[in-house]
Amino acid sequence: MSSDKKNNIPQTKPIKSSIFNEAVTAEIRRAAATGIYDIRGGGAKRHVPHFDDLLFLGASMSRYPLEGYRESCDTQIALGTRFAKKPLQLDIPITIAGMSFGALSGSAKEALGRGATIAGTSTTTGDGGMTDEERGHSKMLVYQYLPSRYGMNPDDLRRCDAIEVVVGQGAKPGGGGMLLGQKIDARVAEMRGLPEGIDQRSACRHPDWTGPDDLEIKILELREITKWEKPIYIKIGGARPYFDTTLAVKAGADVVVLDGMQGGTAATQDVFIEHVGQPTLACIRPAVRALQELNLHREVQLIVSGGIRHGADVAKALALGADAVSIGTAAMIALGDNDPKWEEEYNALGTTAGAYDDWQEGKDPAGITTQDPDLEARLDPILGGRRLANYLTAMTLEAQTIARACGKSRLQNLEPEDLCALTVEASAITGVPLTGTDWIPGRN
Amino acid sequence: MKIYDLSEGELRALNENLQSANENETSWQIERPEGAHAIAVGLNAPIEVTINGSTGYYCAGMNKHATIKVNGSVGPGVAENMMSGRVIVEGDASQYAGATGHGGRLIIRGNASSRCGISMKGIEILVEGSVGHMSGFMGQSGKLVVLEDAGDSLGDSLYEAQIFVRGKIKNLGVDCVEKEMRAEHLQYLENLFKSEKIDCDAKELKRYGSARKLYNFNIDNLQNY
Repeated sequence: MSSDKKNNIPQTKPIKSSIFNEAVTAEIRRAAATGIYDIRGGGAKRHVPHFDDLLFLGASMSRYPLEGYRESCDTQIALGTRFAKKPLQLDIPITIAGMSFGALSGSAKEALGRGATIAGTSTTTGDGGMTDEERGHSKMLVYQYLPSRYGMNPDDLRRCDAIEVVVGQGAKPGGGGMLLGQKIDARVAEMRGLPEGIDQRSACRHPDWTGPDDLEIKILELREITKWEKPIYIKIGGARPYFDTTLAVKAGADVVVLDGMQGGTAATQDVFIEHVGQPTLACIRPAVRALQELNLHREVQLIVSGGIRHGADVAKALALGADAVSIGTAAMIALGDNDPKWEEEYNALGTTAGAYDDWQEGKDPAGITTQDPDLEARLDPILGGRRLANYLTAMTLEAQTIARACGKSRLQNLEPEDLCALTVEASAITGVPLTGTDWIPGRN
Repeated sequence: MKIYDLSEGELRALNENLQSANENETSWQIERPEGAHAIAVGLNAPIEVTINGSTGYYCAGMNKHATIKVNGSVGPGVAENMMSGRVIVEGDASQYAGATGHGGRLIIRGNASSRCGISMKGIEILVEGSVGHMSGFMGQSGKLVVLEDAGDSLGDSLYEAQIFVRGKIKNLGVDCVEKEMRAEHLQYLENLFKSEKIDCDAKELKRYGSARKLYNFNIDNLQNY
């Protein structure tokens, strides 16, 4: 005991550092013990400006609302109207993002297809090719064209409904991927053409084109193979959305998919997820501006993803100029990912429900991010599909509720003028006035 | 034989014809391709296509079953992602020849530029001349046979693809090593040369493959990542 304490002299309260907090110091100790970075799944967890920083104004004297239980609010959207002979006709503007068979179990992929089909929307393959189950259970299936080309073949190109050329991903713009060996069982290995149990690298660049001029020719090839029927999407990570959108349009995209840093991944370095790329909210307006300057806003559709959770997020993304949104993490949660009913097992893995993100390990108690047959059996794909469809329905109803309150008979009619920003940052980022003012930082 | 003059017709019409060719239209000749891109892509039947002239990008892309012969040189990505069939290039090939190909045989009588056979997944590629840098990069399976020289970083990050080279190699890529030429490899090469009517002694080639040290992440291999 110090002499000051013995003498009852008031003590300075111990203060923990705000920058060297418990999470940071734990990570330093982990890195010191292992000499390797942390790998995990999911998207950015840090606080960044998000849709929560926006509010809808609703209607009053100056706007005329629509009756919630009587007047219709259209939710349909056509994707791929620029060049494709057969655009996708979605009942709702919420699609299921690309997630691979391999990263996800076969049951999870089937459930995603079932849920999307019930809700009248599309789902998307991932790095690893298309499974028959996924094709069979998905009325509208988008086939990802990725740098690895695992499982890529012309037969699946011809039987898909749209093609998504993946250039970047919000969780890791500029990065490739790695499916660790413990998730490579016989079927996954066969589909990818690699031995069982080895780490499978997914390249960060495509093997046979570099830059938008080449991509334009690559898209010509894909269109020729598929008789110009399929919409061609280009997916970009939230890096430089204005320029990247412009170049994607130049390369011939029918649809631009823009994925912000909250968008999830099956596995990559935590430092990549948290420190590379821009928040979804910050990406939308520059992308929309690029389309508007090219006079192609609405002709080239914009799908936004990364952190979409409920109908309010959907409505806000559309109000900022998106044509549709895409969900990945939220869809997994709807299937049962991170459900507290598995808390004991999460604890055994050293984590807790809501925080489980070691998707690369293949030990998912919910049977979603695994290839373990016993774990996978926990996910009923029929029930999972139903849950996803329910969730998509609820999101759509929420978005319609907001749109009607803003006097809109169509979700796509929502506009920036329906919004205000809660923070100076969100106002500057989105170009909508700070709440209670007509001030937009940098503009007036 | 059907003859199509691409300088007078549309690419879409040509590919539509080739993609829907039936048993009565198994032989096609394309005149004056004039370097056009995406000629004869996505073919899906055992037809024979002869292209008299040089082509642009992705000639014979994703070919399945067809035999496509180019009496000229080809741009980047010839026979990319080929599944089966044969593609023969009488001249030289630009970058990414046979990229990600799953099957079939690609024969290049001249030289192939960089990244020949990148990410190959089962295709056979025979280059009678030399190949450029990073050829065979991340090759998963299949065979790349080079009768002259190879550039920088041959077979970098190779998986299970096999590479055979007769001439000089500037250097091998990460995790690519020379391997023993066993009887089955000599037999494969002899059969290949015989079927393609190439006068070459299989014993003059050396075999290269993966050391398999990078198959699972290992901190001790950090200098290679």
